[in-house]
Amino acid sequence: MGVDNFVNWLRDAASTMHDNAAYLTELDSAIGDADHGTNMDRGFQAVVAVLDESTFASADELMKKTGMTLVSKVGGASGPLYGTFFLRFGTALAGASSITPEVIGEAFTAGVGGILQRGKPELGDKTMYDAWAPALDAYDAAVAGGSDLAGALNAAAEAAAKGRDATVPLIARKGRASYLGERSAGHLDPGATSTTLLLESAARTLA
Amino acid sequence: MGGMKKLINEPGDVVSEALRGMAAAHPDRLRVDHENRIVYRKDAPRSGKVGLISGGGSGHEPMHGGFVGLGMLDAACAGEVFTSPVPDQMMAATKAVDAGAGVLHIVKNYTGDVMNFEMAAELAAADAGTEVLSVVTNDDVAVQDSLYTAGRRGVGVTVLLEKIVGAAAEEGRSLQEVADLAKKVNDNGRSMGMALTSCTVPAAGKPTFELAENEMEVGIGIHGEPGRQRLPLAPAKDVAAMLVDPVVSDLPYQQGDSVIAFVNGMGGTPLIELYLMYNEVAQLLDRAGITIARNLVGNYITSLEMAGCSVTLLKVDDELVRLWDAPVNTPGLRWGA
Repeated sequence: MGVDNFVNWLRDAASTMHDNAAYLTELDSAIGDADHGTNMDRGFQAVVAVLDESTFASADELMKKTGMTLVSKVGGASGPLYGTFFLRFGTALAGASSITPEVIGEAFTAGVGGILQRGKPELGDKTMYDAWAPALDAYDAAVAGGSDLAGALNAAAEAAAKGRDATVPLIARKGRASYLGERSAGHLDPGATSTTLLLESAARTLA
Repeated sequence: MGGMKKLINEPGDVVSEALRGMAAAHPDRLRVDHENRIVYRKDAPRSGKVGLISGGGSGHEPMHGGFVGLGMLDAACAGEVFTSPVPDQMMAATKAVDAGAGVLHIVKNYTGDVMNFEMAAELAAADAGTEVLSVVTNDDVAVQDSLYTAGRRGVGVTVLLEKIVGAAAEEGRSLQEVADLAKKVNDNGRSMGMALTSCTVPAAGKPTFELAENEMEVGIGIHGEPGRQRLPLAPAKDVAAMLVDPVVSDLPYQQGDSVIAFVNGMGGTPLIELYLMYNEVAQLLDRAGITIARNLVGNYITSLEMAGCSVTLLKVDDELVRLWDAPVNTPGLRWGA
């Protein structure tokens, strides 16, 4: 487990966001402002450009640089939220002598904590947090139950997808979709969808 | 629905090429940092003057870049279309316009704008000590229940605020005084908007929502997003009442109050219709015993090519009227200078 695993994750996440950019923007057209896919794609392409130009001695440096790049390139609410996730994730990895499932769990917790601090979401607000929160719980439970990293990441991705799907009937209480009131119900949340894509990518590549 | 019909080259180049056009059109008043996508007042920073910065997604022109100049903003950060700019831009602009008197960030209340400006303020605090205060505009009465939403959106009052607060900063008032005035303007302003059509974000390539020939959206913001209600198309006098009544009853504006009345076009509605709407708005206010001290009619805070309009009322006293009348020289607003 080293820097290369994280590089693989970020490259796979970037191609996933690119392939799903139109889909994410379409979801955002229904209840937002039709830019989520474009913004995520632009941000992760910038991360790929960083990966192409630089080499990283440690995973924490890589993840922090990823966070700063997303903050600088994504814009909207997603930039600060995803950027903060990676910044806190990287900060939590710093100083770890080896990257174990437990250490990744601590970084995961720190990253989601950053999203909570910045966006102040509650469960059921119809935001990306509705995917992050159950994913983190599932990851922790899997590790506590003796699962390896692959198993824990799979559990996290599956929980994220369930959380994402459960956003459909919700009335949004945060972000631009909240302006729609009851009309926001009946739509998948774009942020919970991109979070699920990111975690599914981690399950494919990080372990 | 149909395809996208716009005067563009590549969807991804719209913002940068429009900024090049602004720089070419207004070299006497503006300079543009193309790398950071910041429009500066040409003579910024002005010694002893509080720096005023705003910014937001593009697609609302002339706001904000068109309001940079004497008597209004010192800098405006341009995001992608309908997407907040990023903290790097706000940091660069904050440093560049600080002449020792501090900097006020004028932020419209959208989740992304607020988060990015907050991050910029945190980074500025960690960096060299530029004193920054922020005001968040949230004048849109269409968002009814602020406990269960991201709060009211910042819309039309932002334009009036940038003008009035810009005049106060030009007089040499302190950062705290300028921030207090900005809050006063926001607290006394309310807005409501409606759309006859959606708009097409260049990168999306198709309209954000669909409206039938006989439908309109009431309670919209400025990002082509659907509104609170979809209603059958109605005569202008009924539409005017749908916009004015919730605005008047919200503050509330009362008999004897003086206001600046602002009828704003969303970008795709001709001035003849905006004046027709202003006539309706003026009659409604007259009936309510509300005096129009000043007015503004035109396309100032737009949503690309969306057709429709918004109505903003700002309750004013003699001080606010005097600051409104003070000289301004920007690409989007100019009088007395």
